[in-house]
Amino acid sequence: MSRPRTWPAHVVLAGGALVMVAPFAWQLVVSLQTLPESLRVPPKFTPSWQWSNFPEIFQTVPLGRQFLNTVVVTAAVTAGQLLLCSLAAFAFARLRFPGRGAIFMLFLAVLMVPGELFLIPRYEIMVGLGWLNTLQALIAPGVFGAFGTFLLRQFFLTLPRELDEAAQLEGANPLQIYWHIMLPLVRPGLLALGMLTVMWSWSSLLWPLVVNTDPEMMTLSAGLASLRGQFQTNFPMLFAGSVVATLPVIVLFVIMQKQLIAGIAFTGSKG
Amino acid sequence: MLSKREWAWGYLLIAPMALGLAVFYLWPIFQTLYLSFTESGVFGGYTWVGTANYADLLGDEDMAGALGNTLLYAVLVLAGVPLSIVVAALLNVPGLRGLSVYRTLYFLPVVTMPAAVGLTWRYLFNGDFGAINHLLGLVGIDGPYWMGDPDVAIYAIAIVGVWSSIGYNAVLFLAGLQGIPRHYYEAASIDGAGRLRQFFRITLPLLTPTTFFVVVITMINALQVFDLVYLMIDTTSPALRGSRTIVYFFFEKAFVHNQRGLAAAIAVLLLGLILVLTAIQFRLQKKWVHYE
Repeated sequence: MSRPRTWPAHVVLAGGALVMVAPFAWQLVVSLQTLPESLRVPPKFTPSWQWSNFPEIFQTVPLGRQFLNTVVVTAAVTAGQLLLCSLAAFAFARLRFPGRGAIFMLFLAVLMVPGELFLIPRYEIMVGLGWLNTLQALIAPGVFGAFGTFLLRQFFLTLPRELDEAAQLEGANPLQIYWHIMLPLVRPGLLALGMLTVMWSWSSLLWPLVVNTDPEMMTLSAGLASLRGQFQTNFPMLFAGSVVATLPVIVLFVIMQKQLIAGIAFTGSKG
Repeated sequence: MLSKREWAWGYLLIAPMALGLAVFYLWPIFQTLYLSFTESGVFGGYTWVGTANYADLLGDEDMAGALGNTLLYAVLVLAGVPLSIVVAALLNVPGLRGLSVYRTLYFLPVVTMPAAVGLTWRYLFNGDFGAINHLLGLVGIDGPYWMGDPDVAIYAIAIVGVWSSIGYNAVLFLAGLQGIPRHYYEAASIDGAGRLRQFFRITLPLLTPTTFFVVVITMINALQVFDLVYLMIDTTSPALRGSRTIVYFFFEKAFVHNQRGLAAAIAVLLLGLILVLTAIQFRLQKKWVHYE
């Protein structure tokens, strides 16, 4: 049998890939230009290696601080999601208790409601707690997630019943079964949820924009957004900041893409 | 028996999550519903105003505009869904090398933060020095002032919306494609059906469950678009009239103008819109979705 021709597919895919990557490449190029070069007509498509844009953007805005805020918030939210979602998902999938079905339906109902419906009351909770302009305001709502519970429950459901039964006979309690037996087996699910949570938390804009208005307490996403008016015309600096903000997630994605893709494909097939 | 203890463990393990969801999700839903019937006073506190907020919104020009802009955006982004099917189908070509490289490249816009993406596109769309109008100029097209023209801005935003969702949807479609049994194609080949015919007769019909899922998710997300509008359009731009979406309008009312009651009513209306359009999708699914 002859090998099927794949070059027509390559031509179209490569063309599309170019469109996907071009804005990033262009952003990188401009981040290494001077201000007048970035405004030239016709555009200048080559960098002039203006590396000083990078230290300069760190001095103009508290980018370092915002970077740290983003790392702390993302790490805390992801750790919280993984722990709380897996605990709840394990209980829903493997334990029997009255009202289990109804409570789970309530979780699912929460999934369907657009985020805007939570925003004002959450903001008022934060005002009440005196948490505006704090990192916990960004972390607290983020660690709870109906989606993660649903996703991990599907993973727990695939594990054979004999596992818990055997462990139960050995005298293990549910918490021990969860921690020692089940959790290691749903590792792919945890990795997928972890990756998705990192991505969402790192990029989220609306909530951070609302609760933290002090530049020192902003995340990168909100910090960049706040530059848009202020440095409207200074695109090289703006893009230097963008490169700093996006690079970590791109690197993480390249390393972990298999897990992330598996998680997303999973939501499609079983959603 | 163990069962009583199992109950206790069950409640104990779901308790942290259930409590958090109650505080940050469930209670806010009811609170927002309540707020939508109130007006916030200058010195805090809320007074009950019945359906006045809803009545106000019915006659509000900006609300009508936001609704129209949001629906137009959703339609445009949905029109981009076939592109993801094409990408997935090409990625699924037997013997194709470099799958993971393509997947990574198409996925870049999905993983990068909208803030960076929005600002970059805003630069590309600039009417004077932007690369897009430059490229259009090379083929003799005089590009518009994308970000300054109320009739054009929403199209620019939708282009970015499509661009940033192709990779995500393609991954879902690829998973759907890989679930189609090979023997269907083998049988069709024996019957002499060409590649294109196979695509329309086998692939597309068997992909309809995935397509339905993608369409519903894409629509729900599109109806909630905020980030791109916020980042690409200045608060003072005349283009805002033509690109202000429902969530943007909500954000303005809630956190810029401090009209919490009115904003809550906007959020409730958005929920209603999403529920109605999703219900319609589920109704229509009987007409075109094939489950095996």
